[in-house]
Amino acid sequence: MQEAPLKPPSNPPTPGLQGFVEDWSSDQRAFKKVSWGKAMMWIFLLSDTFVFGCFLVAYMIARSSTVTEWPNASEVFALHIGGVELPLILIAIMTFVLITSSGTMAMAVNCAYSRARKPTALLMVLTAALGAGFVGMQVFEWSKLIHEGVRPWGNPFGAEQFGASFFMITGFHGTHVSIGVIFLLIVARKVWKGEFDRDERTWMCSGKGDYEAVEIMGLYWHFVDLVWVFIFAFFYLW
Amino acid sequence: MADLPHDTDPQLPPAEVADVMPPHAHSWWSHYVFSQDAKYIAIQYSGTAIAIGLVGLVLSWLMRLQLGFPGIFDFITPDAYYQFITMHGMIMVVYLLTAVFLGGFGNYLIPLMVGARDMVFPFVNMLSFWIYLLAVLVLVASFFAPGGPTGAGWTLYPPQAILSGTPGGAQSGIILMLVSLILFIIGFTMGGLNYVVTVLQARTRGMTMMRLPLTVWGIFTATVMALLAFPALLVAAIMMLFDRLLGTSFFMPALVELGETLSYGGGSPIAFQHLFWFFGHPEVYIVALPAFGIVSDLLAVHARKNVFGYRMMVWAIVGIGALSFIVWAHHMYVSGMHPYFGFFFATTTLIIAVPTAIKVYNWVLTLWKGDIHLTLPMLFALGFIVTFVNGGLTGLFLGNVVVDVPLSDTMFVVAHFHMVMGVAPIMVILGAIYHWYPLMTGRMLNQAMGHFHFWITFIGAYAIFFPMHYVGLVGVPRRYYEIGEPAFMTTPVEGLNAFITVAALTVGAAQMVFLFNLYWSSRHGRVAGSNPWKATTLEWLTPVVPPEHGNWGDDLPLVYRWAYDYSLPGAPEDYIVQTDPGPKTPAAGPL
Repeated sequence: MQEAPLKPPSNPPTPGLQGFVEDWSSDQRAFKKVSWGKAMMWIFLLSDTFVFGCFLVAYMIARSSTVTEWPNASEVFALHIGGVELPLILIAIMTFVLITSSGTMAMAVNCAYSRARKPTALLMVLTAALGAGFVGMQVFEWSKLIHEGVRPWGNPFGAEQFGASFFMITGFHGTHVSIGVIFLLIVARKVWKGEFDRDERTWMCSGKGDYEAVEIMGLYWHFVDLVWVFIFAFFYLW
Repeated sequence: MADLPHDTDPQLPPAEVADVMPPHAHSWWSHYVFSQDAKYIAIQYSGTAIAIGLVGLVLSWLMRLQLGFPGIFDFITPDAYYQFITMHGMIMVVYLLTAVFLGGFGNYLIPLMVGARDMVFPFVNMLSFWIYLLAVLVLVASFFAPGGPTGAGWTLYPPQAILSGTPGGAQSGIILMLVSLILFIIGFTMGGLNYVVTVLQARTRGMTMMRLPLTVWGIFTATVMALLAFPALLVAAIMMLFDRLLGTSFFMPALVELGETLSYGGGSPIAFQHLFWFFGHPEVYIVALPAFGIVSDLLAVHARKNVFGYRMMVWAIVGIGALSFIVWAHHMYVSGMHPYFGFFFATTTLIIAVPTAIKVYNWVLTLWKGDIHLTLPMLFALGFIVTFVNGGLTGLFLGNVVVDVPLSDTMFVVAHFHMVMGVAPIMVILGAIYHWYPLMTGRMLNQAMGHFHFWITFIGAYAIFFPMHYVGLVGVPRRYYEIGEPAFMTTPVEGLNAFITVAALTVGAAQMVFLFNLYWSSRHGRVAGSNPWKATTLEWLTPVVPPEHGNWGDDLPLVYRWAYDYSLPGAPEDYIVQTDPGPKTPAAGPL
């Protein structure tokens, strides 16, 4: 089923708690002016929050229940560059790249509001490139650790839950980023080809002449970035 | 077909969204097999769930044969017995009850009851069913895998679940079980997002949240809960899969098996229990809340009276849903925890009795002075109330730490949860099928077979589970293949166990009559016509019965009142449908 907006509501929405109550007591839609796709993405992200929350809580339990000492993250994740040991340097760059990609995503959404076709598509491709760069650096990080003997079932630095949690949580997050990159490219291609400007309906494209798919992609992308901040704090800085 | 609404009724707010037909099927395959119509998906979901439920039923027979007549059936080995209890529990809780209530009734009733043409994303909805089917097939495959399905108990507690002493632990049984659960959760999430967004964002004009039938409220709240509770099971399943396949030690402490030290070490089995029950306890209410909602509607329709305290009923559903997320560790009193935690979880558990009691009182008050028609749906609804109260009362025993500790892992617990989340929701499912079968097929179910089915099921269920409480109280532990004559048990229970087994076989056989009735009545049943129960809700008001693709013909229904205008003084008939713009009633709600 597809939906198409009719016209803006005649009365401006009431602000504050009163407006919240009015919206929820109204007919048709609880979230006024929110499309089905956007509502669905928000609810999915709420569910996904619980998935990552459970992963992080399970990691904390594993870390507190293990009998072996937990490896020192700033030593394990250090790089030896130019004769100097730089703690957490790779992860700092990765985090910087991912946060930057959130910035370019926000710019893409902003361009989409004004329906600027080419800037939107280009900024989305740039976002995807930064996301792919993040995943690429993660591949480097994984292969370095695997090379040093870190395995899901054990590692030379300490508690074996370290490697297990690391591969599981960063792997699950990296999968999210990779899926995001794929969908960013799909939506960017649609934007570039002008599918959101025509009135026909195609896959993932409501065809009503607006760029909402870009905004929904943005919601997902910012969520993946936000999750990374928590993983970064709990796994690398703790 | 994006035309404007057919009229501009000044009583109702203007349409916010254009009325668009869902895409039509173009071939036989996309019409009947890969259907995107929620009504077909509902029947596919229910059919699959009932089919796998029959497997669960047969497994319960096999278990009861062993418990009732130990030593007689050679093919039931201890390993097979553990596989039977595990698969019976998992099938019934997840693959039958959750799938029938949310995938079956949710898909069929939500779009019809809120006045939508379909779910908001029919393609995703279709994927939901096919992934669910895949999950069921993976589950069934474990019966044929080397070593058979897992025998870890439906809670799959580590470390035993993935060790070689447990059936399927060192072979593929546990792997297939976990993969099947992961698939189920992915499939359910696709459907669940659809149900939630449809209720929130795709209601017809005039349909406010507080005019929704309680059926929709129950299914909606349960779906929201499932979207927040299943993630914990997903995480637990992934982590245990890694423990089993990659040799990680998330849940595995250092241990010695058959004199051999395993390579695991440092993990926490209790962590799994917390994750599992953070899913597991909401799961109880994911099954119960749709039953609460549906039974409220059955009572109102068949007692020709408005639901007593509609708003309280809604808030009770929401309140139970919220509370059920902070009670999970009452399943873990004997796992060892700080006494203050036991105090906390016992308190929250007992607080749930308050909204639950509100609901029970309101059901009884709905019946009070009603024009009660003892139809089959009403009989099952009454059966539900009695059974739910009985099961709920034993829940008060088990919620208290000091009472739970001696009763834990006895047959008393088995009797309790079968009453409250086995028999009671099944009563509602059966009543709901008798109620909505005329809508789905256009024909009534056969009355004689129906009464036979009800009385055998109702009396039989009590014959099974009432004695089981006693068996548990005298000390018979659950999950034991054979107890022999232990010294601590002064009362013999062989006779009772044999009696329970005979009752279980009888109740199971009565369900075959029901299945035959479903088939027979679809051809020979009395033609129902539209709205045979004289109900007020939208699903009975489609232009064609059974409803066709798009549900509503050319024009969406307009809603002017709540769902429960029954037996109003001065009204020409004893019901006023929701689309009747006639004089406002006090309870019809604003707008």
